[in-house]
Amino acid sequence: MSDTTRRTAADPAATPQPGPAAGPAAAVADPAPAVLPDRPARTARRRPRLRRLSRRDLLVLGLLLGIPVLLDLALVWGPALASVGLSFTSWDGIGAIHGVGGRNYVDVTTNYPPFWPAVRHNLVWLGFLALVATPLGLFFAVLLDRGIRFSRFYQSALYLPVVLSLAVIGFIAQLIFSRDQGALNSLLGRTQDPVDWIGDPSINLWAVLLLAGWRHTGYVMILYLAGLKSVDPSLKEAAAIDGANEAQAFFRVVLPTLRPVNIIVGVITVIEALRAFDIVYAVNHGRNGLELLSVLVTDNIIGEASRIGFGSAVAVLLLVVSIGCIIGYLAQELREDRYGTRARRRTRPRKAPRGDRP
Amino acid sequence: MAHSFTDSIVSRRRLLRGAVAGAGAVALPSLLAACSSGPKRSGDSANGTVTLGSNASDPVPRKAYTDVIAGYHSSSGRTVDVRTTDHNTFQENINRYLQSRPDDVFMWFAGYRMQFFAAKGLLDDINDLWQGFTGFSQALKDQSTGQDGKQYFVPFYYYPWAVFYRKSVFQQHGYQIPKTLDEYTALAKQMQKDGLVPIALGDKDGWPAMGTFDYLNMRANGYEFHKSLMAGKEAWTDPKVKHVFDLWRGLMPYHDKGANGRTWQEAAQTLAQKKSGMAVFGLPHPGQQFAEADRGDLDFFAFPEIDPQWGQDSVEAPIDGFLLPRRGGDKDGARQLLKYLATPAAEEAYIAGDPNNIAVNSAADTSKYGPLQQKAVQLVSSAKHVSQFLDRDTRPDFASTVMIPAIQQFINNPKDVDGLVNDIERQKKSIFATEG
Repeated sequence: MSDTTRRTAADPAATPQPGPAAGPAAAVADPAPAVLPDRPARTARRRPRLRRLSRRDLLVLGLLLGIPVLLDLALVWGPALASVGLSFTSWDGIGAIHGVGGRNYVDVTTNYPPFWPAVRHNLVWLGFLALVATPLGLFFAVLLDRGIRFSRFYQSALYLPVVLSLAVIGFIAQLIFSRDQGALNSLLGRTQDPVDWIGDPSINLWAVLLLAGWRHTGYVMILYLAGLKSVDPSLKEAAAIDGANEAQAFFRVVLPTLRPVNIIVGVITVIEALRAFDIVYAVNHGRNGLELLSVLVTDNIIGEASRIGFGSAVAVLLLVVSIGCIIGYLAQELREDRYGTRARRRTRPRKAPRGDRP
Repeated sequence: MAHSFTDSIVSRRRLLRGAVAGAGAVALPSLLAACSSGPKRSGDSANGTVTLGSNASDPVPRKAYTDVIAGYHSSSGRTVDVRTTDHNTFQENINRYLQSRPDDVFMWFAGYRMQFFAAKGLLDDINDLWQGFTGFSQALKDQSTGQDGKQYFVPFYYYPWAVFYRKSVFQQHGYQIPKTLDEYTALAKQMQKDGLVPIALGDKDGWPAMGTFDYLNMRANGYEFHKSLMAGKEAWTDPKVKHVFDLWRGLMPYHDKGANGRTWQEAAQTLAQKKSGMAVFGLPHPGQQFAEADRGDLDFFAFPEIDPQWGQDSVEAPIDGFLLPRRGGDKDGARQLLKYLATPAAEEAYIAGDPNNIAVNSAADTSKYGPLQQKAVQLVSSAKHVSQFLDRDTRPDFASTVMIPAIQQFINNPKDVDGLVNDIERQKKSIFATEG
């Protein structure tokens, strides 16, 4: 880094000041009332167009919208609501369905030892993905985006775990973490007093999170890599010229322009954490320290067990938690986004006059 | 863009129309197909082909069944279409399978797991066929009988559980076969001194350790208590059950550590590598992990006696066999096939291809049996009671959602027996309360 940037970086708040020519850094911080006026005009222009649709257009549109909506209702909302209904019943999948009121919920929360550990594990999972795996994915993406040597190779190596199937991952886990025959204990030289990575319930969650993070990092990396490629390099140039150092340019310029990707990554992280299933199931069927809500649902509903009402109650609790998390997250992100995009929209026309900088 | 405005509108409409038609063409058949569930069958009863739903997805049993069916074809001229599903998938889908359009005959397990479906009205009884059956012991008949006293099951083969060891290891150290639990414990202690892991155990899959629990309970409290505990009629907080866990805790220092992270295959390998001395397994399990040359060195003894009142009178020997689903198609053909499957000839054909099991019919030829098989026949025929296995003797939901986590928890922390049995009892009450 040059001396000049370091000098100016000492006072970052001062850099955006020189007026409109300052570029994006200033624009992001600046809410833009200028966009508002052309909104009503645009909607007014749109309305007559709607009326121009012929009956045939309406029919076609109706069908095209109607079929997905019906499918969505039948395949997503129907079963979801059926689960809610079933969660108040007792049913073994064969005989009659008896209503039992809220007893399943009482049983799940007070008389089902794996339930609270499962909730805790899901939260740990979420914390690990959000605080470790996702930032790591972003970090790799930034590194790869700088065009280092062999970046293609690293890219595929890091993305590889995402495409591995569940069975393969379970097999890999066994090869690495097995107490007696695993690679990890050999590498650590602990053959006399081996660590039981999979069987010890106080550490096996972390062993599995390592695998989950391994996969999640690659996934996040690809998303950010795609996002980073679409960031206009001139933004970074402009920030550099304004005297921002690398970190400032990244956190204040590049990352905010990645906001759409950030939202997707955030949603994916939350969803991945809450629906996590395959790895623990492949490792030990999600038992003995690896309980997760999704596994409890499966254990009770699929298979011979068929405590369908009971399993549905767990599923409903999971649904409520997921919807709560996703809605909360999206509401917050989209609220901020409204200001964010508006501000960014203003940056584009301003790119042109940059040429007449002194 | 080169297109004129009208052109693009027309082509867009055309595109839309095509898309709708296309979507309909794609979606409709699959929707229709979804309505008629179950596999399509091509004129089953017309040409006399009977369908057999099989869960024997492993290569050895699968091949052996092919031989059995070939034998049926040559003796009766009838053809059987064997439909094999992955073993675990078959098990997981059994509820839906029996309620939709099952095959004419299907493979399943004896005992409570069969009675459960019989009581639900999903099976046809074969009382009349049983009148004609010969060569089945009373114990086998009991395991084939539903709660209503009628028979529903044609037993085919079984495999006993016992304590396996390597003859050469016992010879080398001069070990004697333990007859009682005290001798068993003393032997384990000696093995530890000799640098062996006394008892290999791998319970990562949740079920292998159940065999030890079953034996401890049957030896300490008798078969009748075990059976009624499994049926949900006894309290798990009963001092008798606590006693079983206490006994097991006494043996825990001699079990291989970290059992919850080890597969049963890995446990069997330590036996093969002479790192461990003994292991509780079913007959087909350990042999698979032994090198071909070492299999002759494998031997077993009956689980030792705990209370002289019961001695070694019970043996755990899961039985597999065939049932007649109520919603199956060709009932006559199915009954003919079941009749054949109850004959010694059918069992001999099977065991020839899969020598890890034992034929149930006493008339079946045992002259080709290996020494282990011979010994297994002895073990079972001398037993007064035959149990199935924890997950076959009780409700499947209780076995999988309560007992598997409970036993794994016990292996992690054998000290808190009171907390453990209280947890089990509370959940048992809630599960067994939902009869219906």
